[in-house]
Amino acid sequence: MRLEPIAAPGFARRVLPPLVALGATTLAGAALARFAGADAFAALGLIAKGALGTKFALMETLNRATPLIFAGLSVAVAFRARLWNIGAEAQLYAGALVTVLLGTGILPLPSPLLIPVLALAAILAGAVLLIVPAMLKLRLGVDEVVTTLLVNFIMLLIVSMLLEGPLKDPMGMGWPKSAPLVHEARLPRILPGLRLHWGFGLAVIAAFAVWIIDRRTVAGFEMRAVGAGEAAARFAGIRVPRVVLRTAALSGGLAALAGFSEVAGLKGNLTLDLSPGYGYTGIVVAMLAALNPFGVVLAALFVAAVFVGADSMSRAAGVPTYIADMLLAFALLAMVLALTMTRYRLRRA
Amino acid sequence: MSRASTVALRLSNITKRFGPVLANDRVSLEVAQGEVLALLGENGAGKTTLMNIVFGHYTADEGRIEVFGAPLPFGQPRSALARGLGMVHQHFTLAENMTVLDNLLLGTRPLFALRSGRAAGRKRVLSLAEEYGLRIDPDMPVAALSVGERQRVEILKALYREARILILDEPTAVLTPQEAEGLFATLRRAVKRGLSIIFISHKLNEVMAIADRVVVLRQGRVAGALAISQTNPAELAAMMVGNDVPVPVVQKTREGDVALRLRDVETSGQRPDLRGLSLELVAGRITGLAGVSGNGQAALAALIAGLAVPCSGRIEIAGREIRDWSPAAAIAQGIARIPEDRHHAGTIGDFTLTENAVLERIREPRFSRSGWIDWHAARAHARTLIAGYDIRCPGPDARIRLLSGGNMQKLILGRVLEEAPAVILANQPVRGLDIGALRFVQEKLLAARRRGAAILLISEDLEEIMALSDVIHVISKGRLSPGFARGTMRSTDLGLWMAGRGFDDAA
Amino acid sequence: MSEIVEILASASLWIAMVRIASPLIFATLGELICERAGVLNLGIEGIMVAGAFSGWLAAYAGMGLWPAVAVACLTGMGFGLLHAGLTVLFGLSQHVVGIGITLLATSSSYFAYRVALPEVASPPKIEAFQNWPVPVLSQITLIGPAFFDQTPMTYLAFGLAGLVSWLLARTPLGLALRAVGENPAAVDAQGLSVAWLRSGAVIAGSGLMAMGGAFLTLSAFNSFFFGMVNGRGWICIALVVFGAWRPGKALAGALLFAGFDALQIRLQQTTLGADLPYQIFLMLPYLLSILALVLSSRRASVPAALMRPFRKGER
Repeated sequence: MRLEPIAAPGFARRVLPPLVALGATTLAGAALARFAGADAFAALGLIAKGALGTKFALMETLNRATPLIFAGLSVAVAFRARLWNIGAEAQLYAGALVTVLLGTGILPLPSPLLIPVLALAAILAGAVLLIVPAMLKLRLGVDEVVTTLLVNFIMLLIVSMLLEGPLKDPMGMGWPKSAPLVHEARLPRILPGLRLHWGFGLAVIAAFAVWIIDRRTVAGFEMRAVGAGEAAARFAGIRVPRVVLRTAALSGGLAALAGFSEVAGLKGNLTLDLSPGYGYTGIVVAMLAALNPFGVVLAALFVAAVFVGADSMSRAAGVPTYIADMLLAFALLAMVLALTMTRYRLRRA
Repeated sequence: MSRASTVALRLSNITKRFGPVLANDRVSLEVAQGEVLALLGENGAGKTTLMNIVFGHYTADEGRIEVFGAPLPFGQPRSALARGLGMVHQHFTLAENMTVLDNLLLGTRPLFALRSGRAAGRKRVLSLAEEYGLRIDPDMPVAALSVGERQRVEILKALYREARILILDEPTAVLTPQEAEGLFATLRRAVKRGLSIIFISHKLNEVMAIADRVVVLRQGRVAGALAISQTNPAELAAMMVGNDVPVPVVQKTREGDVALRLRDVETSGQRPDLRGLSLELVAGRITGLAGVSGNGQAALAALIAGLAVPCSGRIEIAGREIRDWSPAAAIAQGIARIPEDRHHAGTIGDFTLTENAVLERIREPRFSRSGWIDWHAARAHARTLIAGYDIRCPGPDARIRLLSGGNMQKLILGRVLEEAPAVILANQPVRGLDIGALRFVQEKLLAARRRGAAILLISEDLEEIMALSDVIHVISKGRLSPGFARGTMRSTDLGLWMAGRGFDDAA
Repeated sequence: MSEIVEILASASLWIAMVRIASPLIFATLGELICERAGVLNLGIEGIMVAGAFSGWLAAYAGMGLWPAVAVACLTGMGFGLLHAGLTVLFGLSQHVVGIGITLLATSSSYFAYRVALPEVASPPKIEAFQNWPVPVLSQITLIGPAFFDQTPMTYLAFGLAGLVSWLLARTPLGLALRAVGENPAAVDAQGLSVAWLRSGAVIAGSGLMAMGGAFLTLSAFNSFFFGMVNGRGWICIALVVFGAWRPGKALAGALLFAGFDALQIRLQQTTLGADLPYQIFLMLPYLLSILALVLSSRRASVPAALMRPFRKGER
């Protein structure tokens, strides 16, 4: 068997495989719920209701989607330039760390100044954290997949060390958590009375910004060129190392904003369980979105809904919450396969 | 002529389509045991496709193959090998980081055997090498071998498997004329031992020299099948290209100043490196670079394209020494670069025509202002190129991957020629193009020469070099011969230089 | 300083080194086979989790230890089959598929664990492999207890290293596997199937990775808990690079790495350890891996066709 490229795929070719992938994921969810001893379709209904059924649930889903949008954008930007950044988790924590370092009283600034300063500082920290592996790749040919992965573990240990040491909240009753952010450093809510914070707004704006950079600017053009054809880009006079570093800065910065928005928007302080693997889930989000920035927003909402819904369903129906991770893994594999099938057909020999 | 009666290979009515393109149209031919059949045709005539079908790399849509009278199933290289077919591809299929012996033994023993059989294998390789005059050290890594030596390994691979029908795809493209003689000697020995040979080529003189019979393909169809003794090169040429024999008309022009000069440049890190190379490209002149591939053409092309920086020596453009050298600098200095590999270096397959058209110049004010791209201007530019260079395409927003090689090359050509360049680097500009595109490209280059551009033409096709160039240099192992004016050298003279002779006397 | 000398002279350090190295050896060999055949298998981390879980579950269900190892191996091969199907047959991105497999294998193990044992507070224990001291040899000072008084799975790990080394270097199958990682077109031209060779390598390699995971539950510890693989898979990927894609060197790398790991645990208990946060010590293995990657980066021994999908009839 072999794959044969389709020169000009028709509408059905482009739409059907992804739909089949989503359908298959739903069926898999039903089967898993059944396997765990629950009523399959009732469980699926509970997931939907738990994610979208009430105003509270909806806000929960949107809040949960926020770090996923940032992380998904980070991965999408990097992957499109063929920079395999698996370290969004570390960059997220770097952003969060800088936010609490500077946001707990050191900088006596009013809110409209402090928040941008914190965001920029977070971006910088995330950027640096990815630029180093990118440099190692450019200069020495060290595979960035492994280095960025390993940095995730190192970063968590650094955070743990700081939370048990210098950053430990003296009022924290012995728990490893940071002091709370000052009031001026907190992101306001989008609408009074709703739990949704401006981190979500920022995430959507970031998606727009990435799209504009992509389509309208020379910098975005060069990033796409390096990703789609590095040799041709170099031949055409594009300075590939510089573009890779710029991509790394953008990608790392976006992931760091996830950490910033979680701390400044939602939690108010830094703990070791700030992220239940948002950085890794960002990869799933980016792939589900086919690396498209607006797709990232949709995919993040979908993924967040699955997580929030599964949490709620788990309490009601007794199906382990890990069903959410399984479904995402399944959706990821099914979707990359489906996206390939929109451009190729399988032929015998 | 010693024609044995046994038919070794018979193809009947082979038809193969790639989408709308009919690559082979009811092709039938026969090869007898102990004969050399030449398969002659222009680039794109369907020769390679046909042989890939025989060898099982492609599956034919219709038709039938028989080997020694028994039908051969389609699409199974394994059974083709088992039935005694051996193919020497144009692009070698060797694992470079492994030794010659490893490459030869690969796949010859049952996979789950406990022993590699190296000792016996080595003995057999050495005796085969002796028998056919293919000298080779079985323990050398392939990466260390020259192109000619690699070809010997490919032939040995087939012989090791006791091939009875040997297919060679453009085998002399990578050889000096003298090395080609060595190859012919090997092939004659093989024929004497009862092998059948299919020799794919587009070079008439070679076909006349080695073949017993010739089958001419044109646009996927058999245009004629003749015994060599009953034909002549003129007849074959007419058959190959129809009535339309393209002979570029090269008129005299007035040459101008030196546009680009290399003085004693040396490179490092290329294989092979340039060694004290000096070259002048003069306005209004086509300078041809002849040589066996892999002798420094890539290093020289990379240098002029800005991809490589000399480690010593100097580059001068219009009389001024250039210090910062990069692809961007080369573009800024008015060097038009037509790369050897149009798929990887020349274009980005997933980008549109527009995006590819402005790839080199996106930072210029006409296409972008303070970092913001003006897509209207870019698209307008793409439309100009599409019209001016006859690029057949669905429109400026079509992905370039969908274009044929010829149209892709026209875009690259238009992209650089539209800037009225002072220097043109044309690296294998017509390789793999059909006649129409080939003529188009050659005529555009000649027009640029009339306009006063200094052109460096790199090609492995000596006939093309001799037809177009005003001055010819030969490159061998990174050294450059003196320039020979048009008409002062015969191809055999150039062949001696290509084999590396003459350099020591000259230096 | 004297504390460190004391640690280095203690048999327990060297015993721990070999024990810590054992699962890494299995998984590193598995990854090495995949990569020599040209496929990067980032599913390693999750496949190790799946191996740890399925092996433990089989033993917990009373299947006996060796059958449990076999169950783990088969589980790994199942995920390997999925990986091969997606990356070899369909030519999908090896990065993305690998991450997906890790996610799938990890979450399905945790899911199944929770379904099988919904209400347990502390993970149930099993009878794990006991040490098999080799007569005479185990009496040698330091080396004896370290290398010849271990569980049979450790001996198996070392045996497999030798087997894989021999297989790659000396057999027609090994030749074909190496060739398919160097230039699949060469393999195809000689009538061998690129798809079968690569798939076989990924499936077999994934089986070995799962056995590495099973070592954790069946030999090192005697129960399964969340997060027990804890990045070991990623470290194995670094070890393959460090070992220049050669089984012998990778084995040495695993031992070296495990030695440092065993050392850092012991250093935590010294006066030095009292002054420094324990996280510094925990970081060492990861920092060391990155350092190893940087140091071995200049070597050109990487399989030439690694991460390049092969499509017939394309050049």
